Parts: sequence; C-alpha cells; structure tokens
Amino acid sequence: MTKIVVAVKYVPDATANRSFSSDNTVDRAGVDGLLSELDEYAVEQALQIVEAGEGEVTVLTVGPDDAGDAIRKALQMGADSGVHVNDDAIHGSDAFATSLVLAEAIKKLDYDLLVFGMSSTDAGMGVVPTLVAERLGIPAVTYASEVTVDGDTVKIRRDGDTAAQTIEATGKVLVSVTDQTGEARYPSFKGIMAAKKKDVQEWTLSDLGVDAAAVGLDNAWTKVDSFEPRPPRTAGEIVTDEGDGGTKLAEFLASKKFV
Amino acid sequence: MTEVLVVVDHVDGAVAKPTLELLTIARRIGEPSAIYFGGGDVPAVLAEYGAEKIYQLDDAAYSDYLVGPKAEAIAKIVADSSPAAVLIPSSAEGKEIAARVALKSESGLITDAVDVSADGGTTQSVFAGNFTVQASVTKGAPVITVKPNSTTPEATAGAGTVEAVTVDISDAAKGAKITASNPKEASGRPELTEAAIVVAGGRGTGGDFSEVEAFADSLGAAVGASRAAVDSGWYPHSFQIGQTGKTVSPQLYVANGISGAIQHRAGMQTSKTIIAVNKDDEAPIFELVDFGVVGDLKAVLPQATEEIKKRKG
Ligand SMILES: Cc1cc2nc3c(=O)[nH]c(=O)nc-3n(C[C@H](O)[C@H](O)[C@H](O)COP(=O)(O)OP(=O)(O)OC[C@H]3O[C@@H](n4cnc5c(N)ncnc54)[C@H](O)[C@@H]3O)c2cc1C
Ligand SMILES: Nc1ncnc2c1ncn2[C@@H]1O[C@H](COP(=O)(O)O)[C@@H](O)[C@H]1O
Repeated sequence: MTKIVVAVKYVPDATANRSFSSDNTVDRAGVDGLLSELDEYAVEQALQIVEAGEGEVTVLTVGPDDAGDAIRKALQMGADSGVHVNDDAIHGSDAFATSLVLAEAIKKLDYDLLVFGMSSTDAGMGVVPTLVAERLGIPAVTYASEVTVDGDTVKIRRDGDTAAQTIEATGKVLVSVTDQTGEARYPSFKGIMAAKKKDVQEWTLSDLGVDAAAVGLDNAWTKVDSFEPRPPRTAGEIVTDEGDGGTKLAEFLASKKFV
Repeated sequence: MTEVLVVVDHVDGAVAKPTLELLTIARRIGEPSAIYFGGGDVPAVLAEYGAEKIYQLDDAAYSDYLVGPKAEAIAKIVADSSPAAVLIPSSAEGKEIAARVALKSESGLITDAVDVSADGGTTQSVFAGNFTVQASVTKGAPVITVKPNSTTPEATAGAGTVEAVTVDISDAAKGAKITASNPKEASGRPELTEAAIVVAGGRGTGGDFSEVEAFADSLGAAVGASRAAVDSGWYPHSFQIGQTGKTVSPQLYVANGISGAIQHRAGMQTSKTIIAVNKDDEAPIFELVDFGVVGDLKAVLPQATEEIKKRKG
C-alpha cells in the first residue's frame, strides 16, 4: 500500500497574457487559471504507481479559492482525495514560505511517497520540491524522467546535461517529475462524475499551526523591485522563397556579419 | 573586501564556461572565492579568472550521492566566511544546491538571473521572456543562480590560494544514492546554452535533421530541437529548447520548421537576432523574427549552406 501525496499548483494560463499586480506579485485575477500542465505529469505518475500495485493518491494545493479547480482536475484524472490550503495571509509568499506551508500540510498527512512537478509554469523556479524535502528531512530526487517503485525503494532515471543517472532512495522520498515521464491522461466522463463525490479538505494556516508572520509578501526573503514588459520586436523582413530563399538568407547573415 | 562564493561546475577538472562568467560577475560584488569539489590539482583557470581563494573539497560523498552532501558543505563555508553573495550556475543541480544552501543559511534565493549588479540586485527574464524583472534579496547573503551567457568572462589573475576543507556529512544528506552514471556522447558541436549561434529544427524537418545539421555546421553553430521533434524521437531531449528544455540566448537563433509555441519561445525569445524558415506564412514564429523565409526548409537550407560555404571560401 503506497500512500502518495501529489503537490499541484494552480497557475495563470501560460497561453494568455500573463502580467503582474500592483504589488509586483503574479497577477492571478486578470488571467484564467488552471492546474499547471507540468503538475499533470506528477498526477499521472502517482496514478500509474498506484495502478501498478496498491495505494492511494492525495492531491495537495496551496492557493486562493480558485485553486480548488486544480484539485478537481486531479480528482477527475483519478486521484482519491484532495487537500486545499487556503488563507489570505499566504498571498505573495516566496518559495520558502510556500515550502513551509506544504511541508506542514504534508506532516499532517500519512505518506510514503511525495510526487511534485518539475517546476511551476508561472514562477518556474523549480525549487519548491527541494525545499519541502529539506524541511521534512527526506531525500529528494528532482527532474526524474522515469520513476519506478519497488517495495520501499524508489528508482529514478535522470537525464542530466553531461550524463544519464540512475538514482535510488529508500524510505520516505520526494520526487519531482519532468514531462519526459509520459503524457498525462484526460479525465474520462466516469472520472468527472466520480470526482464530484471525492473528499476535499479545506485547511487554513491555523489548522497547520503556521504563524502568519512566517508567510506572505511582507515576510518574503526576496522582493521584486520592478518589472518591465519586453519591448516589442520591430517587425522583421520576411521574404517568400521563389527559388532564391536560401541565397537571401545567406545574404542577410552576411549583412549582419555572421558569415 | 568581503568574499563572494562561486560554486564551480566542472567535469573531471574541465571547468565549464558559465563558472568563468560567475567569477567575472563575482568581482563586481567583492572578492571571488571558488568552491571546487574534486581531488587532484585545482584547475589553473580558476585563478586566471580571478579566484583569490579556492576551497577544495575532496570526498567520495560528493559524487556518490545527489546534492545533499555538497549543499551541507557549502552551507558550512557560508557560515564560516559570511560572504556577500553565493553564485551558482543555473543548472538542475545548481538550483537544487542553491535551494538547500539558502534554506540552511536563512538567505533569500533568486534563480535564473541573467545579470547581477554590484549590490547583488538581479535581472531575470520571466513569463516566457515577455517581462524583465529586477529583484533583490532582503534576508541574509543572496544566493543566486545565474544563467549561462550572462556576461563575457574576463581573465584577471587572482591569488588562487587553495584551502582544503573537510566537512562531516550527515547521514540524512546521503539519502539519494547515484547507482549508475552514463556520460553523454559529445556531439562535436558547441554546447547548446553557451553557443553564439543556435540552429534548431522542429516537426517541419519530418524527422530528417541532416539539412539543419549541415546548415549549423556551415556557421559553426549548436543544434537544438523543439519538443515536437524530441517527442517524436528525432533528437535527444538534452537538445530540447523551451520551457521544459534549455533556455538559450545566443547572438543568432535560426528556427526551422518550428511554429513558435509559447513554450518554445520561453527558451529562445531573448536571442539577439532571430531568423525563421517555415512553410506557413502565418506561423507565430514570424512575429519574433528579424528575418524570415516563407518556404520549404528542405530547399532553403541546402541553398543557404552552399552560399555560406562559397562566401567563406
Ligand atoms: C507543459 C508543456 C511544456 C512544453 N515545453 C516545450 C519546450 O520546452 N520546447 C518546445 O519546443 N515545446 C514545448 N512544448 C510544446 C509546444 O507547445 C509545441 O507543441 C511545440 O513547440 C511544437 O513544436 P514544433 O514547432 O516543432 O511543431 P509544430 O507546432 O507542429 O510546427 C511545425 C512547423 O513546421 C512547419 N513546417 C512543416 N513542414 C515544413 C517544411 N518542409 N519546411 C518548413 N517548415 C515546415 C509548419 O508550418 C509548422 O509551423 C510544451 C508544451 C507543454 C504543454
Ligand atoms: N502553491 C503550491 N501548491 C502546491 N504545490 C506547489 C505550489 N507551488 C509549487 N508547488 C509544487 O512544486 C513544484 C515546483 O514549483 P516551483 O518551485 O514554483 O517551480 C510544482 O510543480 C508543484 O508540484
């Protein structure tokens, strides 16, 4: 019986025009949100591990009211239950505070394995998994492209820049998975109906015993001083190939001293 | 002057170029000290690029396990030396080390900086390169991971005084054991994230990268690929450019048979000059280009390759 907790984040849609709010935090109101696409891979891996043996998948998110949508999507995919940590004091938290809230929530849950996404599609730091593991004092293997569970040993393949590694860890382990682990399933009609009956717990900071002074924008260890949209690119020259497209390309390169 | 710690990235003593960039950036902030994991002679290049001090840590634990032991050792050096900043290359391993060191040292963390100023303030490129953000650390010595190509390395002799450091590594740090490691074959082309010119191919190659590679070689460029090309098994994942692959910021980027999805743009939008070759004149990639050819890459690229060879003589 493997008890898995999957951490998923509710993020602004990457294909919309993302921007910032007046307090220099990510604008989460002006743009539609969704379950981070990269966290779908985490849900998928957890479901596959449970399907290969026996177990249970709990999805955990830290986020505002709408973040419940991310949990619902994961439940529709097949996760068993959800936990939503929602507290106004969390707004503007940095990775350290987010990892603190996640770690305290995970401590309240019974687990053998934690599965995270490789990085969120908004902040995209890719450090929350490591920080949670560091706080829980358990091993972490990040950026896994393949995960197999054998008893209480987790085997992971990781494709690094200079080498492909095989890594093993025993006991309670945290893994973060890449989009190389395999396509995530779509919720089936049956899954969508079943999700309506699944249990989602709502927790606040006081349920976790986390002090509001340890989280939020005012307590972040980093701050965004300013942001600026990228200046629009000046329209380039576009030619249609009429048998001389390659020559024109080479001429452009020469004019810019690349040749 | 206060020390600025630079974590060295190397394979068997061959120091990666981004480390030299970090040493160069470190000199803006204070006195560079390199942290070198490995035995034998410390590479001379570290002193040549300004390292005043080189902490050498040689222990099997650093290579037998994932980053836990390295992070513990660096945190100890941070505690002992009270640096002005800690600079780490922005790789998967680098970010993981940075996260652990920052938490252990109760220091703020900034990842993927593309520039760092003398006061430790950083510039980042976010939302698929659509915004530039200035950020700073408000607690402790800033721990900053820096992207490749953030500055041009400048040689300046430093004292390079080697100081051997031994750290007692806790068992907790040894939780993730590396049981096998297969080095990747070198492509013979420049390293993707460091290259001045990157030529990439997508689904439009139809699986045959030969035209893309020949064109790249005529320019001495690195070759990259879109996720569609990688997912189809046409090119290895380590060459993927984009949100879940590499970020490149070369002088010149040439996208061939790539439509220009937001996730792809995330990895190349900050390139200085952008060129696209695509059959579809409405492909979104054309919104980014300085120069574009609407046409079949199978015809355009070989002709361009020939012309470049002719010009180079
Ligand atoms: C979570 C997530 C993460 C992702 N991460 C990445 C990432 O890191 N990197 C990435 O690249 N993508 C990523 N993607 C995928 C991305 O959304 C696109 O699907 C992908 O970039 C498309 O690749 P492509 O442009 O090669 O293919 P397509 O979009 O299919 O475009 C192919 C193009 O080739 C042109 N073409 C066809 N034949 C020819 C020819 N003979 N000559 C010239 N042109 C031709 C077509 O006109 C078309 O524009 C990600 C997606 C998700 C959801
Ligand atoms: N607010 C959050 N709630 C739940 N999980 C999160 C949250 N933020 C980050 N994570 C997890 O941590 C991973 C990496 O996030 P990041 O470090 O922000 O790139 C994500 O893919 C999620 O699995």
